[in-house]
Amino acid sequence: MKPPPFAYAAPETVAEAVRLLTENAEAEPRVLAGGQSLIPLMNFRLAKPGYLIDLRKVAGLNGIRREGDALVVGAMTRMAELERSPEVAMAAPLVAEAVGLVAHTPIRNRATVGGSLAHADPAAELPCAALALDAELVAVGPAGPRTVPVAEFLNGPFTTALQPDEILTEIRLPAWHGGHAFVEYARIHANFAVVAVAALVALDGGRIRRAAVALTGVAPTAIRAGAAERVLAGAAGGAAAIAAAADAAVEGLTPAGDLHASPATRLALARTYVRRALALAISRAQNER
Amino acid sequence: MASEAHPISLTVNGRPVAASVEPRRLLVDFLREDLGLIGAHIGCEQGVCGTCTVLLNGASIRSCITFAVQADGAEVSTVEGLASHGELHPLQDEFSDKQGLQCGYCTPGMLMRACEILAQNPDPTLTQVREAIASNLCRCTGYQFIAEAVLAAAARMRESKEVAS
Repeated sequence: MKPPPFAYAAPETVAEAVRLLTENAEAEPRVLAGGQSLIPLMNFRLAKPGYLIDLRKVAGLNGIRREGDALVVGAMTRMAELERSPEVAMAAPLVAEAVGLVAHTPIRNRATVGGSLAHADPAAELPCAALALDAELVAVGPAGPRTVPVAEFLNGPFTTALQPDEILTEIRLPAWHGGHAFVEYARIHANFAVVAVAALVALDGGRIRRAAVALTGVAPTAIRAGAAERVLAGAAGGAAAIAAAADAAVEGLTPAGDLHASPATRLALARTYVRRALALAISRAQNER
Repeated sequence: MASEAHPISLTVNGRPVAASVEPRRLLVDFLREDLGLIGAHIGCEQGVCGTCTVLLNGASIRSCITFAVQADGAEVSTVEGLASHGELHPLQDEFSDKQGLQCGYCTPGMLMRACEILAQNPDPTLTQVREAIASNLCRCTGYQFIAEAVLAAAARMRESKEVAS
């Protein structure tokens, strides 16, 4: 189908975009970034915004820069740019690996970082990687900018802490020194993941100093596996610790079943993929030394 | 809610185009209906099948999930721009020669995606080509002949570059 009619503006500043969002609130406006999720929804007429505020002309929302030990990525930065960026490969290889699993190149050429996070598809890769990294998001509203940890941003499927009059402007990714891995099970290459796992491991001597594990596909949003992280902290990075962490990661989870996988399948996949992610992250951490 | 037309100006296959479009006009409909460039096909209209693939500033995109207004100021390349002076592009020639098409519905998108693949990597392996064209669906060929055609075109394009330099 074709999208329903809507009014359209392409402002040149964030302030102007926020003003348009506020002034046209009754039209149920939406922000247009790359459109790779929004436009299909509009084609299906599942989304019918009366006003689209296109961010393509807004200055300063594009690009990747280092700020101290963090990598700051503008919300309009395309997935393909993240994938190719030497800075991302150096400072946030987890994100590069995750983005490489997002759909296909023609989609990644248009899809944006901010769009993926604000859309908050529960099966999307980027929110999961951001959660493992303790990323922070910057949202700008009428009162100015505020910073939200990604853990407080993801509220549910397609639901975030972003207010109707706010625009996501950047994502701040703290550097991780150690090993990383992003692995997923999808029914076919480049599909949304049934289950995905992001793992980060820092070693100290022969032991795990710190680990971060995030999962998608087992809860309404991407989640951190705090219990698994506690099992790993201080442990030797062997098969026993990995297996214990994988068990801890899925303990108490009650994923919903759907067409793609039953709850039991999701739990089994999650346990397996946590193991794989940790084994890979630990071996990479060892090789880095 | 009124949906006013917006002026856009872009370059399509090297020619400047100025138009006034409804913001909901999909790029593929703009190309097909307004410019008469019917090479880019409409398949799934949700960004999955790839038959609407065109290049936007050299990068492959799905024109069925891109609004024409988003292409304002950009350079768009479609399959109609591939042949020059009545001579087929090496990719077109090899698709024909190697039977890289049967019904032809996916071909314009496949060709534009192949252009990008070879621009990024002029000497890909078979595995790289197979993975890269996974973005575009073909229900006839089983992909083997498409991959062979892309590799054959790549070799010719490298050769002609060497001759030229």
